[in-house]
Amino acid sequence: MSHFLRRQGWVVGLFALLIVLFIATRIIQPGYGSGDFGSLARAVLPYAFAVAAQTVVVIAGGIDLSVAAMMALTSVTAASMMAGASEEYALFVVPFVLAMGFVLGALNGLLIVVTRVPDIVVTLAMLFVLQGAALLVLDAPGGGAAEWLKALISGTVPIPGLPDAVDAWLPKALLVLIVCLCVIWIPLRRSRLGLSIYAIGSSELAAFRSGVPVKRTRIIAYALSGLFAAFGGLALTMSTGIGAPIPGPYLLASVAAVVLGGVALGGGKGGLLGPIVAVFVLRLVRTDLTLLAIDPNVTAIIEGLIMVAVVMFGAFITMRGRQ
Amino acid sequence: MSTSAITPVPFGRRIKRFMADRPLVPLIILLVILVVILQILRPGIVNERWIANTIKFAIPLAILAGCQTMTMLTGGIDLSVGTVATMSAFIMATQIVNQDPAIAFLLAMMPAVLIGLVNGIGVGVFRVHPLIMTLGTSLIGTGCLQVYQRTVIASGAKIPDFLAWLGTGVTPIVGFAFPNALLLFVPLAALIVFTLARTGFGRLLYAVGDNERATRLSGVQYWQVITALYVTSSVLAGITGLLYIGLIKAPSLSLAEPLVLPSVAAAVIGGTSIFGGRGGYTGTIIGALILTVLTTLLTILQMPEGARRILFGLIVLFVTAAYLRIVEER
Repeated sequence: MSHFLRRQGWVVGLFALLIVLFIATRIIQPGYGSGDFGSLARAVLPYAFAVAAQTVVVIAGGIDLSVAAMMALTSVTAASMMAGASEEYALFVVPFVLAMGFVLGALNGLLIVVTRVPDIVVTLAMLFVLQGAALLVLDAPGGGAAEWLKALISGTVPIPGLPDAVDAWLPKALLVLIVCLCVIWIPLRRSRLGLSIYAIGSSELAAFRSGVPVKRTRIIAYALSGLFAAFGGLALTMSTGIGAPIPGPYLLASVAAVVLGGVALGGGKGGLLGPIVAVFVLRLVRTDLTLLAIDPNVTAIIEGLIMVAVVMFGAFITMRGRQ
Repeated sequence: MSTSAITPVPFGRRIKRFMADRPLVPLIILLVILVVILQILRPGIVNERWIANTIKFAIPLAILAGCQTMTMLTGGIDLSVGTVATMSAFIMATQIVNQDPAIAFLLAMMPAVLIGLVNGIGVGVFRVHPLIMTLGTSLIGTGCLQVYQRTVIASGAKIPDFLAWLGTGVTPIVGFAFPNALLLFVPLAALIVFTLARTGFGRLLYAVGDNERATRLSGVQYWQVITALYVTSSVLAGITGLLYIGLIKAPSLSLAEPLVLPSVAAAVIGGTSIFGGRGGYTGTIIGALILTVLTTLLTILQMPEGARRILFGLIVLFVTAAYLRIVEER
């Protein structure tokens, strides 16, 4: 038990924080119910995918500044393809957009490996490229989304045998998030590839000497990041029904949640669960501040302060642990 | 045969070695090539006025890129420069309305010093990753600025004449129009180059970036160096904001934000390693000039905004990769 706590201490702490926040929300707004939770889950969806995209790359010892631009590009591509098209056509659009994210992510990795330019610079350049491509696809917010896609994340999941009161707390958006992440992450984590990703993030040289194909692993890590970002782009289109070519605040949010989620920026440490819980924490803080009728601008300050304080606290703890 | 023994080094290899020894040469060649392409596409565009304009727009970018250069030398990065510049510019423009210029200036520089101090303490004492720390403080800064904007909405804003003169004015000297901004930039650049190359502080920056552990073991107070560095970087960003408001003449809450990523790109193109320990400011200045000329070039080609951004990204990537190849071929 103590071993588990030591290894997962950070995530457990985050969960505790999340529960405290939920209780605080109930105290602030006694009417906060399942419907509000559903809208929280819907709001979290694109953020969560952005964070997943960032997490994979950070664990592999890199960073991806192009996450938000990738989401914008995939979102406008999906929206412009589905505009005016039949419902069945969307069945083709979804895999196409996901494949596009995967390939573009792989391109990120390939450029880093081939040109040997630092990852920050490559993904920074790709940020401009992807943003430009998004503007070429759609120069203003527009497009459309298939009805069944929109329905996929609204409402709740009815589970037979459970009372409605419990069902109501299981929004579809949350289920979509859990399914999409688990289907990719759990097999990955248990595979050789997942181990390789952790290995190159922990020590590239040691991984290379142990026979890990460093270059291939790095490219795959970026490709997975692109895939998650494409999920995020789709989630954006699903929740708004359109595509917008200007990237949202997802880059900053993804980096913040990754750090808050206990993933070391040097790579090789942490998991996906922590950052996802961290996203919920950050969004719920925002909800609480809105419920308290605090000026949204002050909310931005408080969010920044929380982020900086948490990161400083985390760094302080690691420093104490090392001594 | 005896001639084979003294075969001269092939010409191509010699050029490469020459360029690797003087990394500034390929950058200057690239800059000249870009200007020549511009002249071919639009004959007659490269005139006195164009040069003055290019320099005017390159200077704010070059100073911000100087912040990036210095922080990158220690293995860090300062992404809060955009917010700091915007804050000082906005506060200056709104406070000058009913304050003494000197007091307005002090008020404008206050957030810069404060953010720099927080950055420095976070990175130096608490050992937070600079990327996160500076992103966080820039988030806080933007929030504060938005709250501040509410309080001054009634009083309005104006651009001080002196800043407009400094930002946009030109002074004809021996028949050539020199932008006044050079009055600020030349001493500043000289100071940065001198600090990096000749002073103890500059050497410490290189040392910290090259091998932090060794530096610490040699008795250097790491946190003092880092704190001084980030405060300097922030103050430079604040000064850039004042210059930039004189150039753009329209205070807004996202004034200098678009300069942040190009400033990183300029420092990288200029040959500063993002991992620390290698680089210099002269390369960065040329990098800023290259980016400014490139922006003009892409504007003149009359491409859609999207295609322009794509080309910008690709060229930054290509130049950096090519430059790394040349320099690492030793």
